Amino acid sequence: MIPAPFAFARADSVDAAVAALTEHGDEAKLVAGGHSLLPLMKLRLATPTVLIDVNDVVGLDGIHEDGDEIVVGSLVRHAALVTSPVVRAHTPLLAAAAAEVGDPQVRHRGTLAGSLAHGDPAADLPAAFLALRGSVTARSATGTRRIEADDFFLGFLETALAPDEMITEVRLPKCAGAGWAFEKFTHRAQDWAIVGVAAVGGDRPGVALVNMGGTPIRAAAVEKALRSGATADAAAELADTESDPSADRNASAGFRRHLARVLTRRALLDVAGRGAPAA
Amino acid sequence: MGPNSGGGMQASDTVAIEVEVNGRAEAHTVAARTLLVHYLRETVGLTGTHIGCDTSSCGACTVLLDGESVKSCTVLAAQAHGHSITTIEGLASADDLHPMQQAFQDHHGLQCGYCTAGMVLAAVSLATEHTDLDGPAVRVGLEGNLCRCTGYHNIVAAVVAGAAAMQSGQPVAP
Repeated sequence: MIPAPFAFARADSVDAAVAALTEHGDEAKLVAGGHSLLPLMKLRLATPTVLIDVNDVVGLDGIHEDGDEIVVGSLVRHAALVTSPVVRAHTPLLAAAAAEVGDPQVRHRGTLAGSLAHGDPAADLPAAFLALRGSVTARSATGTRRIEADDFFLGFLETALAPDEMITEVRLPKCAGAGWAFEKFTHRAQDWAIVGVAAVGGDRPGVALVNMGGTPIRAAAVEKALRSGATADAAAELADTESDPSADRNASAGFRRHLARVLTRRALLDVAGRGAPAA
Repeated sequence: MGPNSGGGMQASDTVAIEVEVNGRAEAHTVAARTLLVHYLRETVGLTGTHIGCDTSSCGACTVLLDGESVKSCTVLAAQAHGHSITTIEGLASADDLHPMQQAFQDHHGLQCGYCTAGMVLAAVSLATEHTDLDGPAVRVGLEGNLCRCTGYHNIVAAVVAGAAAMQSGQPVAP
């Protein structure tokens, strides 16, 4: 399988990439690792006529701290998230979720920003991004804006990014000391999640679900219950409340709902076990 | 092809690429949609890299891109421009097998051999990134490579031994 024909251009700066997006609009796609986009192009489910490679853009492959947040450049690969001392210290949930993506080869190429921009409800990292209440910084020819995680995923493979916008960085609030957990149920080692759960504790607990609807979704009922002092068992029973899971050959919708509750309970117990004792 | 200062980047259906393959400089003009695995097999003529599933699942097409394992069915040839690629043909020195290749031979880490090139390169990358690889760590680290002869037991033994040999300071290819 090879992709349908397209024209290729290499951008060496964010300005050049954004200018190309502005010029070509909906017909163009940015590519970094390409591990979401190229498979779709090989299946002809995506047929951009212009592909703008951003791998040569300098300055987007770093991870650093900025006050209460960590900042992940849009060319940071999953493998770097797994090993980064900054990520492991301040958002260990993100490192754990990144370690669950695909396999080592995939993690050498794929990027956090690319996974978010793709917006696949079955992907691991968007759930971690939601649970951590991150944001993306999006650049267009007319300026830069910050998009919060809760405003980012709009529909199946659809995000709030405009066709002429590029993610330059992903920001995540530091949550060192808070408990965290990433639970993923698969049939085989490298599979996509049948269902997954990303959870973080602390003052403002975050719980998000993989593959439980048309977008990556927040388990808001679980979070609300936790804030009201519910036990892990009681809160986890609400895990599928706002979900709309699909049925496919891997699992029925009912089995996915069951998994969401079970995995959320396990995640919340891990969160409690890993969190710093209450002062 | 390169962008001019201030934009005006030109997109093209064909791409001129310069790639170092197994230490040798290659320069070709390819269709933009050419996958790296097809470039290596059909343009460069190195057929040791196999095509298995063609969907980034099986790992038969694994090569090293700047020393890191990647699935060459899911990388564009154009994306290898300016980078170095190591295929199975480039792993051994003139006289000796690479320690990982030698370990696969010693432990009979193959049956039909179709997955072997990808297995060996994935294992080299794994051993470069991790020290003290034991059996369970190798099983996790090879999750991206499938053997349909189901000969994993000997493959795991080979990778444990090969990684130890690489880290004991024997000559190691890029």
